[in-house]
Amino acid sequence: MTVEMTDARPSLVTRPAVPPRTGEPKPAAPAGVPRLAARELQLHYGAHHALKGVTLQIPSNSVTAIIGPSGCGKSTLLRSFNRMNDLIPGVRVEGAIEVSGRSVLAPGTDVVELRRRVGMVFQRPNPFPKSIFENVAFGLRMLGLDDRGELGARVEDSLRRAALWDEVKDRLDRSAMQLSGGQQQRLCIARCLAVEPEVILMDEPASALDPTATARIEELILDLKGRYTLVVVTHNMQQAARISDHTAFMLQGVLVEFDDTRRVFTSPSQKLTEDYITGRFG
Amino acid sequence: MALLRPGIDATRHRRMQLWRERFIEFALRSSALFAVVGLLLIIVFVFREAAPVLFDRETQREASVPGFFATPLWQPVGDVPKYGIVPLLVGTFKVVVVAMVFATPLAVLAALFSSEFASPRVREAIKPVIEILAGIPSVVMGFFALMVLASWLQQWTGSTIRLNAVNAGIALGLGVIPTIYTVAEDALRAVPRSYREASLGLGATPWQTAWHVALPAASAGVGAAVLLGLARAVGETMIVLMASGNAAIISGDPFDSVRTLSASIAAELAEVVVGSPHYSVLFFLGALLFTITFIINVAAGVFVERLRKRLAGA
Ligand SMILES: Nc1ncnc2c1ncn2[C@@H]1O[C@H](COP(=O)(O)OP(=O)(O)O)[C@@H](O)[C@H]1O
Ligand SMILES: [Mg+2]
Repeated sequence: MTVEMTDARPSLVTRPAVPPRTGEPKPAAPAGVPRLAARELQLHYGAHHALKGVTLQIPSNSVTAIIGPSGCGKSTLLRSFNRMNDLIPGVRVEGAIEVSGRSVLAPGTDVVELRRRVGMVFQRPNPFPKSIFENVAFGLRMLGLDDRGELGARVEDSLRRAALWDEVKDRLDRSAMQLSGGQQQRLCIARCLAVEPEVILMDEPASALDPTATARIEELILDLKGRYTLVVVTHNMQQAARISDHTAFMLQGVLVEFDDTRRVFTSPSQKLTEDYITGRFG
Repeated sequence: MALLRPGIDATRHRRMQLWRERFIEFALRSSALFAVVGLLLIIVFVFREAAPVLFDRETQREASVPGFFATPLWQPVGDVPKYGIVPLLVGTFKVVVVAMVFATPLAVLAALFSSEFASPRVREAIKPVIEILAGIPSVVMGFFALMVLASWLQQWTGSTIRLNAVNAGIALGLGVIPTIYTVAEDALRAVPRSYREASLGLGATPWQTAWHVALPAASAGVGAAVLLGLARAVGETMIVLMASGNAAIISGDPFDSVRTLSASIAAELAEVVVGSPHYSVLFFLGALLFTITFIINVAAGVFVERLRKRLAGA
């Protein structure tokens, strides 16, 4: 199947309902169905072939790390799952991507709803230039939630889940831009949790942060593990080993190896993987 | 040459280069100075010609600041000239309000459309069209309003007075749309892509992203755009001179003819006796216009600075 992504515009009017404050963990995809799946995924940026037939299945409520040298297509693969690549003109996608068994490349896909269910945390913390409260409340407001009490409860809940509540509870109306980089990144995670996603995609979430802030993000990832499906791109192999259940190793647009993290780091099946994790290139 | 033959030639080459640099710097510096001095001279001239209204007894017997507000009539020519500027202020206000109410939403929405929704190709098509609108001489715009727009509006509204504040305001609005659009669009395009990605990534629609994220993030620039448009609208002359009917009337009805400050100056200055009270009064109106636009520009600067600080979280 071929999809001209730039033509697939999300709908402007129809809104999904505000998702319930479901308990955690997020209900797993039906038995035998992976939370995320890519099959023979090909992606071109104009003439540049960025993903060359990637196939993988990521089970519900696990942490998957994507490692590989810079430019190998980690971000591209990550952004395929919530169709963030649609925003780049000239992108062409072939193959299949499924979230909880549902194809997301099909022409009728509600991309807005997809992105609510598959949240994203970016490399550089990117809070809105709004208050801390409004940052977390944003997604809910966009879903049509106006009730002050309900919003307040959900904002607190999300900030707690992101281990940020105690640091900001006295200054929710202050600008998010005043927070430190690490706090901003946890705010972005809280903002993402507020709309009750099932999957959270993180693109090198700690690479712009100092070691202490990095450690806190890792703690948070471990804390969310088992309750959400997390896919974390990282260039830091120790980090991948510390936080993930599964590891995907990519090289030049090809998925070289995808397996349990322990196996990838102790007895990889591919020579390339071994060379990379032992630091012989990259 | 200098590279091939080091020594004396090289130093001469260096020295010539140095002189050329100095000359260029001097030329640039004097151009800047010339522009600033020229501007200051104009301002000094306008205020000097207006000064008799404030300081000259002889002039004040006919035209003084309290006198400007003592009569509702602007009848500068006649046995007993009357210089009531209230109708001119009211007229200016009415036309400018109509222009801004008409132009601001259109220009801002157009900027929002071209920065947030239009494909690169469409955006490249919109820009020149708006620039052409900016390039239409105001005489032509005034002529259009006088001949065409006025008739359309009269047919549509059934107004008895053909040339009125609405007619002039809409034409004036067309004139300021490019200013607002251009500055607002630049501000919107300067909004980091990461904000939009964050918003879309949370499941906001493109429209919600444009309205609730991009526009607020660009609010300083968009506000400045509107204020710049306002300053232009207040000072714009030719369009209102031709399209407003030029009757100095105090009324709240937007379908009455109006006379603006700028149009009065343009219409009357050519026939006035140099140094006469009427002459001083017109320059006084000029100084007033200058002051108003100056204040708007300063306000724009302050406003932008405040907003920028607030967005940065100070
Ligand atoms: N918007 C784009 N346009 C063209 N090429 C791109 C774009 N984004 C990424 N690429 C190219 O695609 C390849 C993969 O990029 P990316 O997924 O960002 O790599 P990684 O995240 O692993 O560093 C790189 O060679 C990069 O140059
Ligand atoms: Mg990357």
